[in-house]
Amino acid sequence: MDAPHETGGAPLAGALHRTGVTIREAGPDDAVAGVSPRWVALPENTGEVAALMRVSAEHDLAVTPVGGGTRLHWGPPPERCDLLIDTCCLNQVLEHASGDLVVRVQAGLTMDSLAETLAAEGQELSLDVPLDGATVGGVLATAVAGPRRFRHGTARDLLIGVTVVLADGTTAKSGGKVVKNVAGYDLGKLFTGSYGTLGVITEAAFRLHPIPDDRRWIIAELPAPGTPGTGAVRGDGRPDAPERPGSPPGLDVLAAELAASQAEPSAIEVDWPDARGGPVVAVLVEGTAADARARAVRDLMAGHGTARITAGPPGWWGTLPGEDVLLEVRVPPSRAGGALRAIMARGLPAHVRGSLATAALQVTLPPDVGGSAFAEFVSRVRDDLGRLGGGLTVLTAPQELADRVDRWGPVGALPLLRRVKERFDPGRRMSPGRSVGGI
Amino acid sequence: MGTKTPDGLVRRLLESLDHRAVITDPVRLRTYECDGLTHHRATPGVVVLPETAEQIAAVVRVCNEYGVPFVARGAGTGLSGGALPRTDGVLIVTSRMRRILSVDVADRRAVVEPGVTNLAITEAVRDLGYYYAPDPSSQQVCTIGGNVAENSGGAHCLKYGFTVNHVLALEIVTPDGDIVELSNTDPGYDLLGAFVGSEGTLGIATKITVRLTRAPETVTTLLAAFDGIEQGGQAVSAIIGGGIVPAAIEMMDALAIEAAEAAVACAYPEGAGAVLIVELDGPVPEVTHQFDEVTRICRENGAFELRVAADPAERAAIWKGRKSAFAAVGRISPAYIVQDGVVPRTALPEVLASIDRLSREYGIRVANVFHAGDGNLHPLVLFDDAEAGAGERAELVSGKILDLCVEHGGSITGEHGVGVDKSRYMPKMFSDNDLDTMQLVRCAFDPRGLSNPGKVFPTPRLCGEVPGVRKGVHPLVESGQAEQF
Ligand SMILES: Cc1cc2nc3c(=O)[nH]c(=O)nc-3n(C[C@H](O)[C@@H](O)[C@H](O)COP(=O)(O)OP(=O)(O)OC[C@H]3O[C@@H](n4cnc5c(N)ncnc54)[C@H](O)[C@@H]3O)c2cc1C
Ligand SMILES: Cc1cc2nc3c(=O)[nH]c(=O)nc-3n(C[C@H](O)[C@H](O)[C@H](O)COP(=O)(O)OP(=O)(O)OC[C@H]3O[C@@H](n4cnc5c(N)ncnc54)[C@H](O)[C@@H]3O)c2cc1C
Repeated sequence: MDAPHETGGAPLAGALHRTGVTIREAGPDDAVAGVSPRWVALPENTGEVAALMRVSAEHDLAVTPVGGGTRLHWGPPPERCDLLIDTCCLNQVLEHASGDLVVRVQAGLTMDSLAETLAAEGQELSLDVPLDGATVGGVLATAVAGPRRFRHGTARDLLIGVTVVLADGTTAKSGGKVVKNVAGYDLGKLFTGSYGTLGVITEAAFRLHPIPDDRRWIIAELPAPGTPGTGAVRGDGRPDAPERPGSPPGLDVLAAELAASQAEPSAIEVDWPDARGGPVVAVLVEGTAADARARAVRDLMAGHGTARITAGPPGWWGTLPGEDVLLEVRVPPSRAGGALRAIMARGLPAHVRGSLATAALQVTLPPDVGGSAFAEFVSRVRDDLGRLGGGLTVLTAPQELADRVDRWGPVGALPLLRRVKERFDPGRRMSPGRSVGGI
Repeated sequence: MGTKTPDGLVRRLLESLDHRAVITDPVRLRTYECDGLTHHRATPGVVVLPETAEQIAAVVRVCNEYGVPFVARGAGTGLSGGALPRTDGVLIVTSRMRRILSVDVADRRAVVEPGVTNLAITEAVRDLGYYYAPDPSSQQVCTIGGNVAENSGGAHCLKYGFTVNHVLALEIVTPDGDIVELSNTDPGYDLLGAFVGSEGTLGIATKITVRLTRAPETVTTLLAAFDGIEQGGQAVSAIIGGGIVPAAIEMMDALAIEAAEAAVACAYPEGAGAVLIVELDGPVPEVTHQFDEVTRICRENGAFELRVAADPAERAAIWKGRKSAFAAVGRISPAYIVQDGVVPRTALPEVLASIDRLSREYGIRVANVFHAGDGNLHPLVLFDDAEAGAGERAELVSGKILDLCVEHGGSITGEHGVGVDKSRYMPKMFSDNDLDTMQLVRCAFDPRGLSNPGKVFPTPRLCGEVPGVRKGVHPLVESGQAEQF
């Protein structure tokens, strides 16, 4: 076998071109978290991806899949990257069986064009549409979910079939196009959250739902924490300290009441931009009689702040609180308030947003927060969250910050994750180093 | 002791288990020789009844020491032979692990041991206004560990999803005897999701954290009687097409109704060629609206009688016939095969017509009971085991029904699993590459192939102890076993 880097680009480029797939030389804009690939390939179907992967296997090329490229920089830089497989041209709806409420698509299809296609038949994939340009494959690979996760679950809950291409060029599928199916292992689940480290997702099938008749948001601004008037968080606010009366935001109680409400909200979100102010809680009800149900939710929230009903979402709905530094926090649902307090009490200008009901929250800090302040924040918050039964992951941060911390914290299943990676990608050529524990 | 297990194995097991927890008496061993798929039988080498995860881990480590396979067993209600023991192995039964460890309504979750029955969870939280949503018909006896292994469903899974959507975390004993937590909040590959539905081949679940679901504000159950399956099917299409996702939508054909009538006197409307059970739940205004729609649709599609349950007792009466359907066919047939296949819902009329043709062609009666909303068929293939050749013909019809499912883009199993029963059908749905790739997961978890071997996959993959750095072509291609195109 050729040692690729010594033989130079020409024979290699030739081999890539012979696949018949459109190949171009990579430019500076193609860098993956600072690592520049040599080529970019634009396959149009699963077979072309497989052909590329076989050539990559023969020539020991490291490969990174890219969807919309909206969050390609999330995660550590790959140990190496020769070929970018850009899924932009894998953008077809393969089958929309509207009578079966099922859709099968190529993984490079953007979530917004998928939504558009489905809406024409009055249907939707009950996931929130992410940033413009984000693809089906990217949503699966990053496993990021929006507000409606509370009622509908995340991408893995609606995914019913998947086709993937492995590092050695093997094409494999699991599941199918029926909503109920327990034949064989569920590779779709495995590839959820894989950040391109197991293979390339080329096709996916999802269960759909009818678009709800109507939607209403109920938005409440909660008072700032601390003594009324001072507007300050107590610096020593212990996360597990019981909430004092008058010590806003009574978030745990409110979250529990909302989650248990017979108005059946689809989402219960919180946005807390600044510890000096109070959090905003926004609730979505969808479906029949949305108005009546929204009023029930408003009455429930009235005790906690001024609540109003709107026909559209607040501006921040379904977006992450920041760009450069993003942490994800998970705790058991009843501890969401405790987690928020733990974060806001750390004295850094943190902005938190996310699902209050599932207690999956994203936190952003200013990029110039400083390495030691960042490291201290991560470690202290992780300790607090650990006591609450949760944890923290660094989704993205400038290299100089990320280098100071363990991005993922302790993950009990890491040895198993490693073994899965070793089996799927023994040559470490799929986005090596980009996921948990550097797998 | 079991004749086929190695000398010394039992002694080693007794180091971590009480002697009452290790069964070697041949008579007692035989009570474990099959699950709900009774025509596959094997007497286990040894049966153990552990009480803790540590004991299971110890047993699994002993199995590793001797290179002996092990099989987990819950209540043994599985219908695909998943818990079929190995004569040369250890059967690990979870019947002594029946504690509900915690119930936390504020977090909407409960933590339970694997031997807890499905229904016991709901019973423990019902008074708090919650329940555990997946509801297999066997819920009074089947265990949550078995549910996890099979990714079990039930009538209400149309709206609420399957076991995999309701399990938040697992403690497992890996096939090499480590105790590991898998959680849905862990970053990285969704191993929790991959474990659920793996039929005991990736290890043993020893602690299960399940999601509790808020009991709906209101529930309405309605029974609609039609002249035939066709009209019932059209009603189902119109309901789903109209944007309604009922909690459950179940259908039975004339033969299934006859059986249920004979068994439990469910008093379904006389002369019905098909009955449809539709259950709606949720906020009152939503259910009221949907109820009007559903009744209108049923009438428009020819329902000649509609019954609405006014209270829980009447609801139970409506469900009684459906829930007893499997056992009930015993009243109208000496023997039967319970089949489980899935088709895209819109293909139901065509597939049912084909099943009818098969039935007439082979002279084998088929009673149809199904989860109509998601196209999950449970044809009950009836035969007389005293009649020469009838069993074979029934098997043939049963297999051809699966062919129909696959031809229509469906699945060979919607909820009963592959087990030993259907591993030979896996190649109809999946290519060698698909199956080999799935087995990479198996090799990652269980490189020695000790955890429930011989299930799910038609041909086991040799894992190789340490995966080497592989370059170039896939070894299976090289050896001519697989094609990569
Ligand atoms: C509701 C919602 C709201 C969001 N809001 C924001 C926001 O406000 N701000 C923000 O910063 N982010 C946001 N995100 C996150 C973000 O947009 C991504 O998660 C996005 O889905 C990535 O899609 P992409 O196609 O751009 O992927 P890329 O950025 O191209 O890739 C992301 C990762 O996935 C891998 N990958 C991509 N395609 C494949 C494939 N086919 N097979 C295997 N691996 C693949 C890549 O290698 C890479 O590791 C949001 C996400 C959601 C779901
Ligand atoms: C009358 C009847 C009705 C049924 N209705 C339904 C239905 O509506 N929906 C449905 O989905 N199924 C149904 N089933 C099938 C069966 O009840 C389910 O598959 C159930 O989940 C099996 O649970 P069990 O405890 O009996 O498991 P077992 O039969 O003991 O085992 C099943 C599989 O799980 C494995 N296993 C058991 N415990 C564990 C563990 N702790 N960790 C890892 N693996 C384990 C076993 O090795 C085996 O492979 C029905 C069965 C009957 C007899």
